Amino acid sequence: MFEKVWEQHQVIPETADTPAVLYIDLHLIHEVTSPQAFTVLRQRGLPVRRTDLTLATMDHSTPTRTEQVFGGAPIAIESAAKQVRQLETNCPAFGVELLGLRDSQRGIVHIIGPELGITQPGKTVVCGDSHTSTHGALGALAFGIGTTEVGHVLATQCLLQRKPRTLAINVSGKLRPGVTAKDLILTIIGKIGVSGGTGHVIEYRGETIRALDMDGRMTVCNMSIEAGARAGMIAPDETTYAYLSGRPRAPQGAAWDRAVERWKQLPTDAGARFNKEVDVDGAAIEPMITYGTHPGMVVPISGSIPVSQDDPVFAKALAYMGLEAGAPIKDQTVNVVFLGSCTNGRLSDLRSAAGILRGHKIAKGVQMLVVPGSQQVKKEAEAEGLHKVFIEAGAEWRESGCSMCLGMNGDTVAKGLYSVSTSNRNFEGRQGVGARTLLASPLTAAACAVRGRVTDPRELMNG
Amino acid sequence: MEPIKTVRSRTVVLPNSNIDTDQIIPARFLTTTTREGLGRHLFSEWRYDAQGAPRPEFALNRPEAQGCQILVAGRNLGCGSSREHAPWALLDYGFRAVVSTEIADIFRNNSLKTGLLPVVVDEATSRWLIDHPGAEVTIDLESSTLTLPTGDWVKFPIEAFSRYCLLNGVDELGFLLGRMDAIKAYEQRVQV
Repeated sequence: MFEKVWEQHQVIPETADTPAVLYIDLHLIHEVTSPQAFTVLRQRGLPVRRTDLTLATMDHSTPTRTEQVFGGAPIAIESAAKQVRQLETNCPAFGVELLGLRDSQRGIVHIIGPELGITQPGKTVVCGDSHTSTHGALGALAFGIGTTEVGHVLATQCLLQRKPRTLAINVSGKLRPGVTAKDLILTIIGKIGVSGGTGHVIEYRGETIRALDMDGRMTVCNMSIEAGARAGMIAPDETTYAYLSGRPRAPQGAAWDRAVERWKQLPTDAGARFNKEVDVDGAAIEPMITYGTHPGMVVPISGSIPVSQDDPVFAKALAYMGLEAGAPIKDQTVNVVFLGSCTNGRLSDLRSAAGILRGHKIAKGVQMLVVPGSQQVKKEAEAEGLHKVFIEAGAEWRESGCSMCLGMNGDTVAKGLYSVSTSNRNFEGRQGVGARTLLASPLTAAACAVRGRVTDPRELMNG
Repeated sequence: MEPIKTVRSRTVVLPNSNIDTDQIIPARFLTTTTREGLGRHLFSEWRYDAQGAPRPEFALNRPEAQGCQILVAGRNLGCGSSREHAPWALLDYGFRAVVSTEIADIFRNNSLKTGLLPVVVDEATSRWLIDHPGAEVTIDLESSTLTLPTGDWVKFPIEAFSRYCLLNGVDELGFLLGRMDAIKAYEQRVQV
């Protein structure tokens, strides 16, 4: 599948001396990695070549407090406010459509692409953000780029690229109750390591992947980069078409029928070869949780923190986390719970967490932040009454954005506190200086909020 | 971009594996709208204590590390986010090359595009470099070699076009703009 999309987008094929010139069908931009690229365009007197293939939104440094988004209260961090203003200036100046701070279609860039139906199978999609891999769940070739490359795409709609290798991850077996797409991808990262996918595009295959809904597929592809792979892809199928059908920017009518015919040609041909293959038994997976300072440091929730002698990096990670080698991860204290992000900020994520929280209160002393991935997700969740479940449980219900995943907007975890987070990175300081992050699924995060300690969500699902 | 031929310098060593871009430049410093000035926030959490004072034990803060242009790091350097702020911060601080056994894709790509040399070496060379902080090392881009003070040298892989651009100060955007006829022909052919 990757080969097909690659071939179809080569403007000029690669040679020994030069990389391929690859055409980009959709360029998503946001406030953090675009300002310096627009500066380059200005310096060189260049326009945005294809404004019709470019879409901007703001998500990283935007506030999640309603009064700062809609109430006219100033954005608390001045540099973040400046970044937001700069995008508000750059987009109209270059003719780029912007889903701005108060737009009903705004949200995390990787949530709104699929949600609007603008991310489609077979497209090349790039964005100055490593979690662009998310869009591969629809069968797009989607990867993160740096700001220099953002400038290249703005000016030429093309990128210079060497062809990556391919890695097939075959998952078989039925996921058990309480086990989600997040647990699956954490298991995969634990297995192949945080650089196991470096230089590769991953294709996730097999019955377990086919059985996932689109939200789950996006969670899986989202964290491809956490295994080192710039892109992860899942072949489009009826689930994909049902998801896309009728979305505002998906093809309509006769154009839709033609598009589906085209998309049906995309899946990898039987017998195609990958550079590398890994098999995973989906039926053996348990709810997973990280204990260290990268996503590969992960254990089943019933497991113990590994013991690794004579490894100073491992020891440093545990010291940062304040955890002991050999100790069970279960019952570890939890201070903060973050439900949201481009990994797990979609409607089904909110539903599954609400399913655990309904009729419960979050434990005393625990702060829980629920941040929908987009304004559309927020609206749909409110239509179902999910916000009431969260608020009644004692959680905070916010406006959409990246929020506490990386704390750029001031939503941070205080030093030394333990945060169970549905986001994608547990790096040192990611959620705030000295913050200790444990990555888990929305089900697990909700269970941890109720008990105030690391809890197997299945204990709250049966009762 | 200025052409780069050779980097000759003593090394600073951070032996940790998986040094991610959040360590290189924490997210709270990404609200900048320019490329300059990020060097003072490089490795901020490791470099400064809670009061903002330099931690004397951190490698970059040692007197012998001042002026070093080559950073030697453990495996899988630069994993994580696509922020080009990471190579910008390293360059602004004064580094010209980074050396590891493995460098994450996006970070490596961003480094090549901003003039920071990503040098991937074998396990034995990396071990030697990690065991000899402050060693005077020569990285020659023309021959794609890294030479140790012992006189031993290794070849390192570097994508041919990036190497050409770095050696000659060629701007990749200019190269792409020069392919506009092919780009327009592609757009007509596939009707995008």
